[in-house]
Amino acid sequence: MKKLKVLAAMSGGVDSAVAAARAVEAGHDVVGVHLALSRMPGTLRTGSRGCCTIEDASDAWRACEKLGIPYYTWDFSERFQEEVVDDFIAEYAAGRTPNPCMRCNERIKFAALLERALALGFDAVVTGHYAKVIENERGELELHRAADDAKDQSYVLGVLTAEQLKHSMFPLGDTPSKDMVRAEAEERGLSVAQKPDSHDICFIPDGDTRGWLEEKIEMSDGPIVDTEGDEVGTHPGAQAFTIGQRRGLGIGKPAGDGKPRFVLEIRPKDNTVVVGSRDMLAVDRITGIRPSWAGAPIAEESTGEWFSCHVQVRAHAEPVPGRARVTTGDVDGTTAVVWEMELDDTIQGVAPGQTAVVYQGTRVLGQVTIHKSINAERLAHV
Amino acid sequence: MTRIYLDHAATTPVRSTALDAFVAQAQRNGNASALHSAGRSVKLHVEDARDQLAATLAADPTEILFTAGGTEADNLALKGLYWANQPNDVIIATGIEHPAVLETLDWLEAHESATVAYVDVTPEGFVDVDAWQDALQQYRGRIAVATLMWANNEIGTIQPIVQIAQLCQAEGVDFHVDAVQAFGAVPITFGQGITTMAISGHKIGAPVGIGALLVRRDAKPTPVLHGGGQEREIRSGTTADALIAAFAAAAVEAHTNLTTEAARLAGLRNQLLAAIQRDIPEAKLQGPANMDYRLPTNVHFSFAGAEGDSLLFGLDMAGIESSTGSACNAGVSRPSHVVLATGQDEAAARSTQRFSLGHTTTQEDIDAVIAALPGIYRAAADAGMAAQMSSIRTANSHR
Repeated sequence: MKKLKVLAAMSGGVDSAVAAARAVEAGHDVVGVHLALSRMPGTLRTGSRGCCTIEDASDAWRACEKLGIPYYTWDFSERFQEEVVDDFIAEYAAGRTPNPCMRCNERIKFAALLERALALGFDAVVTGHYAKVIENERGELELHRAADDAKDQSYVLGVLTAEQLKHSMFPLGDTPSKDMVRAEAEERGLSVAQKPDSHDICFIPDGDTRGWLEEKIEMSDGPIVDTEGDEVGTHPGAQAFTIGQRRGLGIGKPAGDGKPRFVLEIRPKDNTVVVGSRDMLAVDRITGIRPSWAGAPIAEESTGEWFSCHVQVRAHAEPVPGRARVTTGDVDGTTAVVWEMELDDTIQGVAPGQTAVVYQGTRVLGQVTIHKSINAERLAHV
Repeated sequence: MTRIYLDHAATTPVRSTALDAFVAQAQRNGNASALHSAGRSVKLHVEDARDQLAATLAADPTEILFTAGGTEADNLALKGLYWANQPNDVIIATGIEHPAVLETLDWLEAHESATVAYVDVTPEGFVDVDAWQDALQQYRGRIAVATLMWANNEIGTIQPIVQIAQLCQAEGVDFHVDAVQAFGAVPITFGQGITTMAISGHKIGAPVGIGALLVRRDAKPTPVLHGGGQEREIRSGTTADALIAAFAAAAVEAHTNLTTEAARLAGLRNQLLAAIQRDIPEAKLQGPANMDYRLPTNVHFSFAGAEGDSLLFGLDMAGIESSTGSACNAGVSRPSHVVLATGQDEAAARSTQRFSLGHTTTQEDIDAVIAALPGIYRAAADAGMAAQMSSIRTANSHR
């Protein structure tokens, strides 16, 4: 094995600590870096410095000391604000549902950090993600699901390109279970062995996405309508809703059929939320824009032929079988490359702005941003 | 790898004389406030140390109040004099003070209704003397305390303290000086017009955990720590006799060698400074260009196009220990508030690197930095360029 100079991105959690440990053990020259992603504006000089999470940085540092590798904290707060936080707000304001963790992987960890690392003489970035990078018989890199299905994070890495995968190392990809990672951390004497997993969006401290968005996006009361266009209630601002959402609608009177109502559509332009029954959420045709291949494209990219695949639309959603093809289509008035997907079963809660990751077996082919979705059968009935 | 330590302004290696003094005193039992024989013996050593320390500053021994360090001394002086001089509510200061001062002033503004008047500094970090005089006049009758650091910890500017002290004295204004960086590096005295002055042990070769506030005999800052009143009824806490012994030993050694050592370090500093200016034209010297008004231990540049923490990384990897100037508790480099206060932009304030020399610095250390720095700068500048213009294209890179 070639000895590489690698930068371990250390969040302060158990996964990245064990990933770094394995990189050290594999004989690489490892340096740990904790990314500071938050900086309260206007507190550069004095006063209540709203710094990064000191506790996480300290955990990352202690892990590095234990592993005997150098440790640094690098400030990516500006880039993170521009490329992840501002984008998150803009997407919600436009009535779409973004995934900030994917965006952070795409633009911060495997772009801003990676580029800085390459410039400073590193060969690769190591993270604690559960996914595998495999070299196929043609010498091309492929991204695959992790051995542990429950922890698999290939979805949030689905946006990485061949160039990014070339400089990525995921030492946890082959581990059969997270418990084994914790046990290994314990064995290695890492203080973060029992640190709880993080779930929430890191820049929304209390997990209250709606409350957080309300402070960032100017919102006003608007109507909640059913699919017939009849007003069934009011909401305090359409932008903070997500397709498929049931709670928080505050519709007083029950629906005619007595069934609960779900958000079907958000129309930010006229500040309207459309609701309907659960079965109305079911879609089986998806059009995706801004595609990227996770590695080399498959042959069907150029032929435009349908290829069989599985489509996954959320981090922990079930992959759904179907087929897809690469074509062109009209996207907001301009012709662009789109991926069309036809699913064998319907899925629910598909929102514009979400990412659809396309798999063949365990291999990630690539991803698109969901632009439109419909139900072929229901449409046919209209 | 032999490490090259050029961060003496953060803390400097403990001198063996200080360590010996610490060990000798730590082996003596007894509380300096106790009335029995053991206590009296400990107290005698503390008072001898106080005499020795006072002599290095031309101060009266009773003017020395031992504290846990420079930060506590600054807090005691500023809060203590502010409270003692109520109802006066104005504090005169500059924006380049150490966080121990600035954060204390922020706290007084937020919680004690203080008004802080920040006097401008020049691009080289010198206080604008006329503006200081104007502030004294503008707030006449309302000033609780004025404060100015003797020498700046980041960019090494030595202030005209004697002149400022005279202006304050003429107005009858209490004047606090943070002399933590100046003490042991340049000749200073607890002179006329200075009400209080903070010094610290670990910057001169004593262990961390000991400092002092010099308090003029007639001044009585309100205590911050309440208790046994061990230090002139102004500062409480069991007398840290072993640390005090070490502090005095370090001060005596630094004071004895001051002239020769300052000349030796100034020579090394000048070599490093000239080499950086020669090899890295993008580097901009921060602080005074006139070496008479610059700490002999300080080299500080903004390296255009490079992030301070990329430089620090490259230097650390090469075995050279330096500083970006300021960092938060999580270890993130921050734009230097000092460079910002001198009227420069954030780019200059983010690209800083400070090399601070001290009693263990050698010619070999400086030669090694001169050899390594240009290459490290180029890599850091490349990384800085990557931060501005991403070359990694992804699906949503231009959304």
